[in-house]
Amino acid sequence: MTHQPSATGIGASVKRVEDLRFIRGRGRYTDDINLPRQAYAHFLRSPHAHARIKTINTEKAKSASGVVMVVTAVDLAKLGGLPCGWLIHSRDGSPMKEPKHPVLAEGTVRHVGDPVVAVIAETVAQARDAAELVEIDYEALPAVVDMAAAVSGAAPIHEAAPENVCYDWHLGDEAATDTAIAQATHVATLDLANNRLAPNAIEPRCYIGDFNSATGEHTLYTSSQNPHVIRLLMGAFVMQTPEHKIRVVSQDVGGGFGSKIYHYAEEALVTWAAAQLNRPVKWTSDRSEAFLSDAQGRDHKTRVELALDKDGKFTALRVRTLANMGAYLSTFASVIPTYLHGTLMAGNYTTPAISVGVKAVFTNTVPVDAYRGAGRPEATFLIERVIDLAAQETNRDPAELRRLNYIKPSQFPYQTPVALTYDTGNYERTLDMALAAADYKGFAARKAEAGSRGKLRGIGIASYIEACGIAPSNVAGALGARAGLYECGTIRVNPTGSVTVMTGSHSHGQGHETTFAQLISDKLGVPFDQIDIVHGDTARIPFGMGTYGSRSLAVGGSALVNAAEKIVAKGKKIAAHMLEVSEEDVEFDAGIFKVAGTDRQKNFGEVAFQAYVPHNFPLETLEPGLEETAFYDPKNFTYPAGVYVCEVEVDPDTGVVRVEKFCAADDFGKIINPMIVEGQVHGGLAQGIGQALLEHCVYDGDGQLITGSYMDYAMPRADNLPTFQVETTDQPTPCIHNPLGVKGCGEAGAIGSPPAVINAIVNALADLGVTHIDMPATPQTVWRAIQSARNG
Amino acid sequence: MYDFQYARPANIVEARAALSGSNEAVLMAGGQTLIPTLKQRLRKPSVVVDLGSVRNLGEVQIMKDKIMIGAMATHANVAASPILAKRLPALAALAGGIGDPHVRARGTIGGSIANADPAADYPAAVVALNADIVTDRRTTAADSFFKGLFETTLARDEIVTSIHIKVPEKAAYAKFPNPASRFALVGVFVAKFKDNVRVAVTGAGPSVFRLPDMEKALAQSFTPDALVDIAVSPDRLNSDIHAAADYRAHLIGVMARRAVAACG
Ligand SMILES: Cc1cc2nc3c(=O)[nH]c(=O)nc-3n(C[C@H](O)[C@H](O)[C@H](O)COP(=O)(O)OP(=O)(O)OC[C@H]3O[C@@H](n4cnc5c(N)ncnc54)[C@H](O)[C@@H]3O)c2cc1C
Repeated sequence: MTHQPSATGIGASVKRVEDLRFIRGRGRYTDDINLPRQAYAHFLRSPHAHARIKTINTEKAKSASGVVMVVTAVDLAKLGGLPCGWLIHSRDGSPMKEPKHPVLAEGTVRHVGDPVVAVIAETVAQARDAAELVEIDYEALPAVVDMAAAVSGAAPIHEAAPENVCYDWHLGDEAATDTAIAQATHVATLDLANNRLAPNAIEPRCYIGDFNSATGEHTLYTSSQNPHVIRLLMGAFVMQTPEHKIRVVSQDVGGGFGSKIYHYAEEALVTWAAAQLNRPVKWTSDRSEAFLSDAQGRDHKTRVELALDKDGKFTALRVRTLANMGAYLSTFASVIPTYLHGTLMAGNYTTPAISVGVKAVFTNTVPVDAYRGAGRPEATFLIERVIDLAAQETNRDPAELRRLNYIKPSQFPYQTPVALTYDTGNYERTLDMALAAADYKGFAARKAEAGSRGKLRGIGIASYIEACGIAPSNVAGALGARAGLYECGTIRVNPTGSVTVMTGSHSHGQGHETTFAQLISDKLGVPFDQIDIVHGDTARIPFGMGTYGSRSLAVGGSALVNAAEKIVAKGKKIAAHMLEVSEEDVEFDAGIFKVAGTDRQKNFGEVAFQAYVPHNFPLETLEPGLEETAFYDPKNFTYPAGVYVCEVEVDPDTGVVRVEKFCAADDFGKIINPMIVEGQVHGGLAQGIGQALLEHCVYDGDGQLITGSYMDYAMPRADNLPTFQVETTDQPTPCIHNPLGVKGCGEAGAIGSPPAVINAIVNALADLGVTHIDMPATPQTVWRAIQSARNG
Repeated sequence: MYDFQYARPANIVEARAALSGSNEAVLMAGGQTLIPTLKQRLRKPSVVVDLGSVRNLGEVQIMKDKIMIGAMATHANVAASPILAKRLPALAALAGGIGDPHVRARGTIGGSIANADPAADYPAAVVALNADIVTDRRTTAADSFFKGLFETTLARDEIVTSIHIKVPEKAAYAKFPNPASRFALVGVFVAKFKDNVRVAVTGAGPSVFRLPDMEKALAQSFTPDALVDIAVSPDRLNSDIHAAADYRAHLIGVMARRAVAACG
């Protein structure tokens, strides 16, 4: 097919159609849904990080005004635990330790916020009042908070994991790595932490369980990134109810960032309780509960060693990481530090020998799982930090050290030593673009000028690569995934020629209703405003794996392209019948079916109408209707990459860091909507800069969350951020294995920016002898680094 | 929140009557502190007495050599007051730096000082400006009004009605915001009067306090350099994840010098 560039087709910055309802307050979030006779659940959560529950007395609560049900673990004996979706094997071949994650605590609580009792009442206030009447007698147990302590003799949190280790995983060639490190001219060694983050979607989690006693069908309205996955996990593992009796609806969702991928206890509880009570049950998290119950992100402690030869070529990388799982395994917790982290250790570089070992550790803290970037930010941070350290220690320009070690365009496809095969890329081009945008050459003058004002100016570079669009089901399956990773899309052409698209991808801020409509408009030649995108309802969409890991366009969009091709093929059959020619003679372009070499044609609308009014169809060879479904299973990950350059000024008197300039050059392959892509990068950068400078979940030694509200958990705000200079490369390297050539852009900003910011801060302080700063680089942290450098 | 009665008195007499009706009655001004504590079920008042309808409680007026600010003056009104812009811009700037536009539209000076949050901005100003705090029954000098963490000399049923401020020759406030809450991690208000200088610090300790050493040095020479050699002791300063006591002590010095410099 050939394409005329159109105002609403591929490549156009179409304004987001969904924003019309969002900015006018007409979105339909789960909390906006209220069902007749709805009751409200309130969860009583553990105030202890670790305790044995001696007794629970719910008598007074049960008889309190408005209470319809009080639930404890005893009532849930028939329910299974919350499952983990990915089985990781330790390097000795043993399967990971997978202790039960009950819906409500069974005899032991393991983190502050662990749900113990659910009180269901006519109103939220009554449920809360009654919850205060529940008496729980706890016997406090020592809390295990620090990962190093957890793995060195602390009492076990789970009987099933005696050393608090979930798995001890390894990837790469350890012997070759050790040898290369022993023989290296220089080895840069860094101990670093990747700070724990709270996801903080604007819309807190919200669920409504409903039950139809006539049909036996459960409906769960949920604020989720992947309703079909929730149906699968909740149905098969927790409720033990088949899919056809469960409908999961997840309409407008106000942000997820990973935290709404997982199946949560509260979802199962409202679904179960609605059936018990035969009336709807709703639960809406408040912000304080979100801090204590939404799966958190990151939280790694790592030692990384990078070996260089005399020319500065990387010869080996050794990584040893402790990854915090929190108190239980969340849905995808196990795969984040392994196959989404360890496999990224080559970064953008030709490092020949890599050994990465990850120990996943249980602690008495909120479970940890994917958060925007999921494993790849942690990998990128340690690689890009240790490269800067190596540059600092060997007196090399950090830009040139990267350039020297980049995988060159001619080397693709490139097989890394850590399992991945990168299909395409041109890292040097994004480096040159970012350096030019940042005026890297002019930095010395800016630094001198800042110095004259008493400020320390620094510049930092980070390259990143990510593996997106996860990815072939056969590979995922071989690596332990308990599900496939494909996507499904259905295109329904209505009799009057308008189009309804059902996608298994899920939009919770990404703008799919616009991007996907552009795609379909382009492929079918149907006007943009004649296309509706439907997502988030297992009753309307055949199947779906949802949205995370920047997979919607690369996988979900590709499924739609395949479905569109099937529509065109069927359309040609119908047109051939209408035009009384053979199918092979019909061509399709821009919404017109045409007999090749003639001016005889039928437009898309005429064909659609005929499909549903088949008065003289040869029914043996031509079915009525025009609706097609495709499942697309990618052949590989996609590999977006880019280079970010950050410039900061540090106030040495206070330690305050200001980001003065931030330039991004990204290669996302083909781009459907440049404006949406830019917005995705902006959002990612804000979150990445937030991680670098502000955000931190802090627990005290007893496992109490100190940063349990915005009084102490610092979110990035507009005045923490500069005006971003964001561009996509002028020499894109489209993905070669998906039909769109797209790579994914949702996480890049959050992946590449933390090391760029920290590299810039360390660069600003390098003259003082500072070589590393942990995130978040708060004023106090930076001030202390300056003090100890000056005194030290 | 728990259930409570709601009273909306039209004047101070009615307000006092509503307050004395129950030991668990509580005043509400802008509600920016009170309502969140109610929502979190941290307080269980019998009656909430809303000062919002009491007339003439939110004015900013000139009274001879003083400026009178009504207890119900919102931060937004103080920030935008033409009188303050001319006579005491440092106070208008302080109010304009509190919270966000929503908070400034509701929060009041009376509520702020009555609440005596250790990280609130206003206490530094009223102490440095040697203000009088006028209530329905007496007048108290700011120096003796603040007693400790969330503690003042106010009786349970006492109502702040206005704050009277003597206009200094020069004044400035330098705030180092908490990176998360943006309350004052350390805030230093410096006021230079004809015959003395007053320096008050908020955010750093359990309650606002003055720095006599700095005041003396500045009375000699009102320049940032006059403060360079004055070390602030970290003893008894607050420590939390954002700033340990030694860092706060250091910031007091930096903010004090910046405030003096800003006085011009
Ligand atoms: C998001 C947010 C950010 C904020 N940021 C800042 C900041 O940066 N700096 C800062 O200083 N403050 C900040 N605040 C606090 C806010 O500005 C108010 O000053 C504070 O909440 C109290 O004022 P109010 O009028 O809302 O009092 P209320 O909440 O109504 O009352 C607070 C207390 O004072 C008592 N009270 C109120 N009025 C009187 C009176 N006239 N006489 C006697 N007692 C009275 C009440 O009984 C109550 O106990 C912030 C608040 C929020 C919610």
